[in-house]
Amino acid sequence: MAPLLEIKGLKTHFSTDDGILQAVDGVDISINRGETLCVVGESGCGKTVTAMSILKLIAMPPGRIAAGEIIFEGRDLVPLTSSQLDEIRAKEIGFIFQEPMTSLNPVLTIGEQIAESLRRHENVTRKQALERTIEMLKLVQIPNAEGRVHNYPHQFSGGMRQRVMIAMALACKPKLIIADEPTTALDVTIQAQILDLLQDMKERFGMAVMLITHAMGVVAETAQRVVVMYAGKVVEEASVDELFGNPGHPYTQGLIRSIPRIDLDSEHKVRLEAIGGSVPILINPPVGCRFAPRCRHAMSVCTEREPLLREIAPGHRMACHLGDTQLGGTA
Amino acid sequence: MSQYVLRRLLIAIPSLLGISLVLFVVLALAPGDPFSELATNPNVPPEVALALRAKFGLDDPIYLRYLHWLNAMLHGDWGFSFVSRMNVDTLILQRLPTTLYVIGSAQILALLIAIPVGVYAATKPYSLFDQVANTLAFVGFSLPTFFTGILFILIFSVTLDWLPFVYTTDIKGTGIHWVLEMIRQAIMPVAVLGLFQAASMTRFVRSAMLDVIRLDYVTTARAKGIGQRRVIIKHVMRNAMIPVVTLIALQIPAVFGGAIVTEQIFRIPGIGSLLISSILSNDTPVVMAVTFVFACLVVLFNLIADVLYGWLDPRISLR
Repeated sequence: MAPLLEIKGLKTHFSTDDGILQAVDGVDISINRGETLCVVGESGCGKTVTAMSILKLIAMPPGRIAAGEIIFEGRDLVPLTSSQLDEIRAKEIGFIFQEPMTSLNPVLTIGEQIAESLRRHENVTRKQALERTIEMLKLVQIPNAEGRVHNYPHQFSGGMRQRVMIAMALACKPKLIIADEPTTALDVTIQAQILDLLQDMKERFGMAVMLITHAMGVVAETAQRVVVMYAGKVVEEASVDELFGNPGHPYTQGLIRSIPRIDLDSEHKVRLEAIGGSVPILINPPVGCRFAPRCRHAMSVCTEREPLLREIAPGHRMACHLGDTQLGGTA
Repeated sequence: MSQYVLRRLLIAIPSLLGISLVLFVVLALAPGDPFSELATNPNVPPEVALALRAKFGLDDPIYLRYLHWLNAMLHGDWGFSFVSRMNVDTLILQRLPTTLYVIGSAQILALLIAIPVGVYAATKPYSLFDQVANTLAFVGFSLPTFFTGILFILIFSVTLDWLPFVYTTDIKGTGIHWVLEMIRQAIMPVAVLGLFQAASMTRFVRSAMLDVIRLDYVTTARAKGIGQRRVIIKHVMRNAMIPVVTLIALQIPAVFGGAIVTEQIFRIPGIGSLLISSILSNDTPVVMAVTFVFACLVVLFNLIADVLYGWLDPRISLR
């Protein structure tokens, strides 16, 4: 069966005073119906820009989709105008943003903000929209939904606002939810609640979820498949078990080693590892592998030739020269 | 909300009292009063002049005079203009409507230009429209009204002879003719004052819009597929109007100041020209009353701004 969403060779560029910033540089991602796909990577590796490019929510200009196709249910979204995309936004693809504190309009009640997409996409009266909104608020477990629907965002806590955001994204029952670091701004206990809620909603409505995160712990708990991004490129893709059991790319290995562990006793305690250096700025990136300067396995070929994504096991793809038999390297 | 308005109203009372005290003291310290001319008039015997001064309490201590003035004011007695030989309140009521008509129309014109132009320019920053609007705005607020006023008179009255350059309150004719003539003679002063206001306001609306347009909740709104137009009007504009209301309220004193100049240029018999002529003729009760009316209007517009804030931003009225 064809995937629900297929991103092929996406390149999103931003023009800056210093040159063209290649935030997303040839990304391929596909999401099947009903599946949870996690996109992981450090801040600044192009996860959010990839997600925002799908519905053209990046600022254009200076942003621009330079190349690639974004095929949603057999239809390429890239050539569509903003008003054509409006038919898909919220209706087919819902968005949950990172910052619940700033992602809601402070001067409108949450009810108005949720009902707005219902009124736009579904032929409902004002009263029906209000009823549906209250129903959604109950679904995301906001207590006293009938009363709270008329409240303003500043009357809610961060976790409650993120529930409102989820209600808003789910209101039109989209086929795909894109959640851009939905728990990053929340404290740990609330994070788990929000992830559970998201999982619950996904099962109830049978949606696919594209979950963007930089927390490997979140990935292990929620995803079926994982895409690891680094510096605007996909470096590894695998099922969640395969990725954690047999991580191929040195970057993925580094990310996994950076998860704190509480299951080891004091004798086996290991120092938490960090990946040295930071994500390069993507204006005129150097040839070769972009991770090479930070990689502990870097070879001479890494700075000469860019590694391409290749399948190293069924459903497990990786872009690294390590273990490439044609090059004679060893893992 | 009504509690919020009431609170604002109560705060206005001490402000007005403070303003009136300062005005009174400053005027009392200024040289000259309505009777100083009497002293130089050889036809008035010095003892009569002194008796008059005593009768009006002009040589009393300043606090007594202030209390006397305040008491009379609260009882509706605004004093007597010695120059015009009539009560000050009648005089002001004669002049105020003209000023409010001109200033009000100018402010409305300014808003009608500034909001659409500023909003449209902000949705397409650095486009041709934006560049042209910005340039015109710079030109607009660089030219003072006394310059553009005279320029307008020169072009539209002297050269083209389309519009009258002296504003008159006793227009001949009735009905529709009277209305048309009222509009015709107001065109130039309203345009001069309104365009000047519109220029700076356009810049401000544009930047307020640009500040809001890149905020997270605008992206949220865009992700709902409700269309660019609705995103701009419902989500961006309402938030951007909050600082704009502040600016307009803060500009009101400057608008009245500008009106005084404009009234002089176009000979508009409004409250501004009354102020100038009463200052020149040492008509203290009129000066005091007119400045106080200006102060009341400024306080009133600030009050309106506060109420608008409460309406625009629920975080304010609910606190």
